[in-house]
Amino acid sequence: MSDLFLLALQLSDSTIRLATPLVLAAMAGLFCERSGVVDIALEGKMLGAAFAAASAAAVTNSALVGLGAGILFAMALAMVHGFACITNRGDQVVSGMALNIVVAGLGPTLADAWFGQAGRTPLLGDSARFTGIDLPLAETLRPIPVLGPIYAEVISGHNILVYVAALAVPAVAWVVYRTRFGLRLRAVGENPSAVDTAGISVTAMRYKALLVTGLLCGIAGSYFSIAHSASFIRDMTAGKGYLALAALIFGKWRPVPAVMACLLFAFADAVQVRLQGVPLPLLGTIPTQAIQALPYLATVLLLAGFVGRAVAPKAIGIPYVKER
Amino acid sequence: MAGARGELPAWVNLGLLPLLNLTAAFLVAGAIVLLLGESPPEALKLLIQGAFGYEEAIGYTLYYATNFIFTGLAVAIAFHGGLFNIGGEGQAYLGGLGVALVALYLGHWPAVVVLPLAILGAALFGGIWALIPGWLQARRGSHIVITTIMFNFLAAALMTYLLVNVLIKPGQQAPETRTFAETAWLPQIHAMAAWFGLDVAASPLNAAFLIALVCCGLVWLFIWRTRWGYELRVVGQNEAAAVYGGISPARQIMIAMSLSGALAGMMALNELLGAQHRLLLGFTGGYGFVGIAVALMGRNHPVGIVLAAILFGALYQGGSDLSFDMPTISRDMVVVIQGLVILFAGALEHMFRPALAALFARPAAGAAVPP
Amino acid sequence: MAASAADPRAGLLTPLADRPPAIALSGIDKRFGPVHANKAIELAIPAGTIHGIIGENGAGKSTLMNILYGYYTADRGEIRIDGQPVKIASTQDAIAAGIGMVHQHFMLVEPFTVLENVLLGAEGGFTLKAGMAKARAELAALERDYGLEVDLDARIADLPVGIQQRVEILKALFRGARILILDEPTGVLTPQEADHLFRILRHLRDQGRTVVLITHKLREIMAATDNVSVMRQGAMVAHRRTAETTREELAELMVGRKVLLRVEKAPAKPGRTVLEVKDLVVRDANGVVRVKGVSFDVRAGEIVGIAGVAGNGQSELLEALAGIRPIERGTVTINGQPLASFGLSRPTGLGHVPEDRLRMGLLRHFSASENAILGYQDRPGYSHHGFLDLAGIVRLCRGWMRSYDVRPENTELQAQSFSGGNQQKLVLARELEHDPGLLLVGQPTRGVDIGAIEFIHKRLIAMRDAGKAVLLVSVELDEIRSLADRILVMFDGAFTGELPGGEAEERRIGLLMAGITEAAA
Repeated sequence: MSDLFLLALQLSDSTIRLATPLVLAAMAGLFCERSGVVDIALEGKMLGAAFAAASAAAVTNSALVGLGAGILFAMALAMVHGFACITNRGDQVVSGMALNIVVAGLGPTLADAWFGQAGRTPLLGDSARFTGIDLPLAETLRPIPVLGPIYAEVISGHNILVYVAALAVPAVAWVVYRTRFGLRLRAVGENPSAVDTAGISVTAMRYKALLVTGLLCGIAGSYFSIAHSASFIRDMTAGKGYLALAALIFGKWRPVPAVMACLLFAFADAVQVRLQGVPLPLLGTIPTQAIQALPYLATVLLLAGFVGRAVAPKAIGIPYVKER
Repeated sequence: MAGARGELPAWVNLGLLPLLNLTAAFLVAGAIVLLLGESPPEALKLLIQGAFGYEEAIGYTLYYATNFIFTGLAVAIAFHGGLFNIGGEGQAYLGGLGVALVALYLGHWPAVVVLPLAILGAALFGGIWALIPGWLQARRGSHIVITTIMFNFLAAALMTYLLVNVLIKPGQQAPETRTFAETAWLPQIHAMAAWFGLDVAASPLNAAFLIALVCCGLVWLFIWRTRWGYELRVVGQNEAAAVYGGISPARQIMIAMSLSGALAGMMALNELLGAQHRLLLGFTGGYGFVGIAVALMGRNHPVGIVLAAILFGALYQGGSDLSFDMPTISRDMVVVIQGLVILFAGALEHMFRPALAALFARPAAGAAVPP
Repeated sequence: MAASAADPRAGLLTPLADRPPAIALSGIDKRFGPVHANKAIELAIPAGTIHGIIGENGAGKSTLMNILYGYYTADRGEIRIDGQPVKIASTQDAIAAGIGMVHQHFMLVEPFTVLENVLLGAEGGFTLKAGMAKARAELAALERDYGLEVDLDARIADLPVGIQQRVEILKALFRGARILILDEPTGVLTPQEADHLFRILRHLRDQGRTVVLITHKLREIMAATDNVSVMRQGAMVAHRRTAETTREELAELMVGRKVLLRVEKAPAKPGRTVLEVKDLVVRDANGVVRVKGVSFDVRAGEIVGIAGVAGNGQSELLEALAGIRPIERGTVTINGQPLASFGLSRPTGLGHVPEDRLRMGLLRHFSASENAILGYQDRPGYSHHGFLDLAGIVRLCRGWMRSYDVRPENTELQAQSFSGGNQQKLVLARELEHDPGLLLVGQPTRGVDIGAIEFIHKRLIAMRDAGKAVLLVSVELDEIRSLADRILVMFDGAFTGELPGGEAEERRIGLLMAGITEAAA
């Protein structure tokens, strides 16, 4: 097997691992933002879920309980966001900011007090986290040229949450474009008055959308602490929530393009890890920071209309008030 | 928005309401302290003692407050122009670069030259880092909230690169510059007090605090007393009305963002010239984000901002004393309280309004009849 | 208000013998804070009729209908539909009771197709597929029955407003509405399109449905309704059979006193040309050409009125002349000076009362005195070295409030706290008192009470008599006819004709507004 093929396999594999939380978070953001509520708190909800999942898993020694706790906590945070933005018509950006900050402090505070381990939770054993699953026939098919190794190395061997993320994408696309909920979701972010006068509660629609956001963020956050790693550590989401938001915007608030953006960003990340200090032909050594900055720069360029144009849902950011 | 729910008397709107919001935030924080197994009243007592209980503590409190005055003013001035600048963190970081370049390369010049240049450098670099998102908003319609978030990450990447590869003091592991020449240090308050024969306990509180207060006055004058401030506020209220009134929203947006970034950048004066005396990784420590809370609490008014900045300064200083006295409560608790204050004073600011309106609203005379 | 006037049996509307009234409201009361929007409303609407509800802006018509549609809930009162008492707590309840509403501002999702819009809220299942197929068949039948042809797969954003209105009607019918409420449906239509709408409404009535038409236009009541109820200041003041009443009587009932439908004025004495427009082309915000090469002039001492259905380029024309919308082609000169030479700032000698005062003319949260210098903030008298002369500005504003009778006379009150008429007087004071040689006025009396309308009209004529050039844009035909010395009719971005003011015949203006010129007619 050539070195290049091996490199491609390794890069694809780590791209998938890195893309999983981005994809889940971007899909989460899609529900919230399509319903007309800005969500810059994807980061906070993931971080909160990561902490809740790791704590619950550490106490119960069960990955599933951990996942459940992560999801519940993220949903609770989404409900606080809803209470502030939907019920009290507060500023959506401010609310998101507040949640991000609260969670950034809360995780380490509670971890300190409960586990006494300077801002982290105890290391989890294998039963308390989601470990890699070998898909059927992975080893049997490995000898098949090209496809075999791709199946065994890239597709097989991930933890269950990776496959959940992969399934979430078609599911989200189906829900958004083919179901009653999706039609109402898209409508409420464009013209809430139309939804209201059609006999549908704008408030209830937005809360439902936020619950879905919480659910998906919960899975994404749990992935960090009980699947990808084996404990919660301070600021472990490291801006991935903002990156997912960027991917969502880059994908123009549509499921498939947003996922493509996630994969692109994750690939850039995988390359950066791989290329640290390795000189490239013609380019020389590329500073890691340059590659890290790439997704943010790309989003800025997109928003500036230099690469396509991103048109947000029309009612986004505006609290719904019946016309007087 | 307030008027639609009945106008509240000023003392309720500016005094009682923020106080209620703050109380709510502290009640929730108290609940968390309970969750940690400590006594909330005891914690509050230690916090207040740690912030104001002795001379040195007050110095530290005001030293932290200085950062928050700068970043709070930055958020406020953008807000008056109708913009939500959450890029204060990145702008402060770049402001630090401006300060450091002056201090490192011109530090051998006399203080009277270096210090004004350093202030200029801080304002210039911070201002330019904010002007780019401002320009993108004004000319290309890119949403400023998202672009300033992105610019925070870009600033972090850029500064890390510069500190690790370019500005680092040779032969050293930590990504920091060499110490600035002493001519480029801002005098500390206890040293200044000594010039007048006063004895003040030593603390990092320095002349940047006075610069911050001067900035408060200037911002107030600018926003409410000048034609330019008027034009800025018109744009912030209603862009169509601005165009109608012959005011260019694009120009005002760029002005507002430049001033906002310049103020955020000047935070670096306090940290770098006043205390650290070198440029180091992540010196902004989230102060840029706290500026949002400060501006919200202070109702975007310089007086309110000074009060809110002192509150948050006290939280910082008192919080570190508290974590020393009550080891179960870590310094991260301060971050939680900040977040709660932003939540209750910002996002949930309307929560108590209907109840207060029922109590205090004066019937709006000649109110418009709905169609 | 006489007690008998509020009696639902006054000016008795005989219900059809076999059917109870489609809608019976009794004691409906609604307050918005200090505003008493509906005062113990009594109303009975016979089934199978077209019922008009007329009243001035702010009389409470829309509030009442929004209560019926469940958009607001009444503080007190009872609603009966087809004789049965119903509780309408939400729009859903209203739809279930067989009520449909076409709002003044359409409630459509622009990026959606017609079909998706119709389906919203009536999807017929968790997935869309089955519901869509079924809806297609039903809509085809409805379209056929009522002459409401629409392409179901067209995107709303691509459809003209007249068609969008059909979609709204289809939406209501698809949900099984037996009672259809239309709120000011003709604001965006030409008189001829309005007549087409009325034919559709009559058709609906003949099929046994009940139609409620809300309007402030007397013409429509006379043309389209069987019965009419009049509202004034939140109260229901009279019910009449349309055939047995007159425009004059209705106007008097609306206002509560005799109204002069004409404004007294002397013939104009036009002087030199002040505004000269040549071959002007203007695009709107979406890049669509809305003004297609118009040329005209306005002279000192005359009022030139531009008539037309809303959305035919008048707004863009007005904004271009005011220098706040870029000019694509052509020239505009004011007192011989090209408009382009003024750059961004307001041309000297130009006053501009914008069409929508709260969108442009006033800042809601600014005090009256701060609003008094909007557009003039860079005039030398208002600031010294950049610092505003606040005391001087307050003094000035107080003087204007007195001479324009703005109430309450409080310079520190926020603009949003004044009533529509007083807000408009504030704008008018600012624009008139800076001594403009040319005054651009858009919809000067929109959402303004009758008292203020008379005041505003008198002031505009006084400006003309003082030798100023006035350009008036209004969708209120009566206003144009009574104020303008010359009338230019605008259709689809161009002038279809010029008529002398005063005696201009309504039918002729109507045809021109629909783009039908003499040659073609």
